[in-house]
Amino acid sequence: MALTDLANPTRFLAFVARALPVLAAATTLAGLCAAYLVAGVPDDYQQGATVRIMFIHVPFAWLSMGCWVLMSLSALGTLVWRHPLADVAQKAAAPIGAAFTFLCLVTGSLWGRPMWGTWWQWDARLTSVLVLFLLYLAVLALWQAIEEPARAARAVAVLTLVGLVNIPVIKFSVDYWNTLHQPASVLRLGGTTLDAAYLVPLLVSALAFTLLFATLHMAAMRNEVLSRRLRTMLLMAARRGVA
Amino acid sequence: MSALGSHAGFIVAAYAISLLVVLALIGWVHWTHRRVKGEIAALDGRGIRRRSAAGEAPARLPGEIA
Repeated sequence: MALTDLANPTRFLAFVARALPVLAAATTLAGLCAAYLVAGVPDDYQQGATVRIMFIHVPFAWLSMGCWVLMSLSALGTLVWRHPLADVAQKAAAPIGAAFTFLCLVTGSLWGRPMWGTWWQWDARLTSVLVLFLLYLAVLALWQAIEEPARAARAVAVLTLVGLVNIPVIKFSVDYWNTLHQPASVLRLGGTTLDAAYLVPLLVSALAFTLLFATLHMAAMRNEVLSRRLRTMLLMAARRGVA
Repeated sequence: MSALGSHAGFIVAAYAISLLVVLALIGWVHWTHRRVKGEIAALDGRGIRRRSAAGEAPARLPGEIA
């Protein structure tokens, strides 16, 4: 099947029916591998056992930003190419991105309290991630505020592209400002500063959460396609006066 | 718990909240699928079908995808 065939929602649903079980199985397998590796990680000489929070906090942080980039690409698909599945992909991703950003903030706070002595600090990294979370909530609210999906999609696409400015702010906030949050230790120009004992479990955990995101996103896209079909059927029923 | 040291509560809370939210996401996706499929089947049973599904010309309503 060519990738362009997936532009047809009916073919997309057939593809989802085949791909979803495979993705779910891969997610479970990667999750079990990550749990096994994280369980065997030694305590950090400074942070002790709290270093284990890193294996969920960092993937949530990466995916919260990755999800917004995905939504931005979908926004371009809506505004420029008017791809039939672009706004479906964008709408399906928003709740998952919001949940992952929420978890990034919560796990970061639970890590920060014992290590920094505070639950929250208004520094550049933490504040810019909070702004990202608020942007996700704004996108969800905008989808609910405009009833007609095509109009809502265009408004949300504009907001998403405006919000994209926040992603490099988050990424480089620890370089440009003096923050309580530590600088990048994995995705940095000079190479990683993490020891392999932590890096390997972190990357496997990130893979597991990425697969989880892909599985949830694909399932949510299927639900959105079906919801729009349901909406069409309800409108037809209303026209006939049988609803 | 004791193996996690004096900060075990923070570690367990981080993993527990994450698990709860992920399970909530899985539940949301699952129950939405069941609800929408059920409503479509109910309308289908009452003879209400999309034109493209009924083999008629696929004139689209606003926001509809085929």
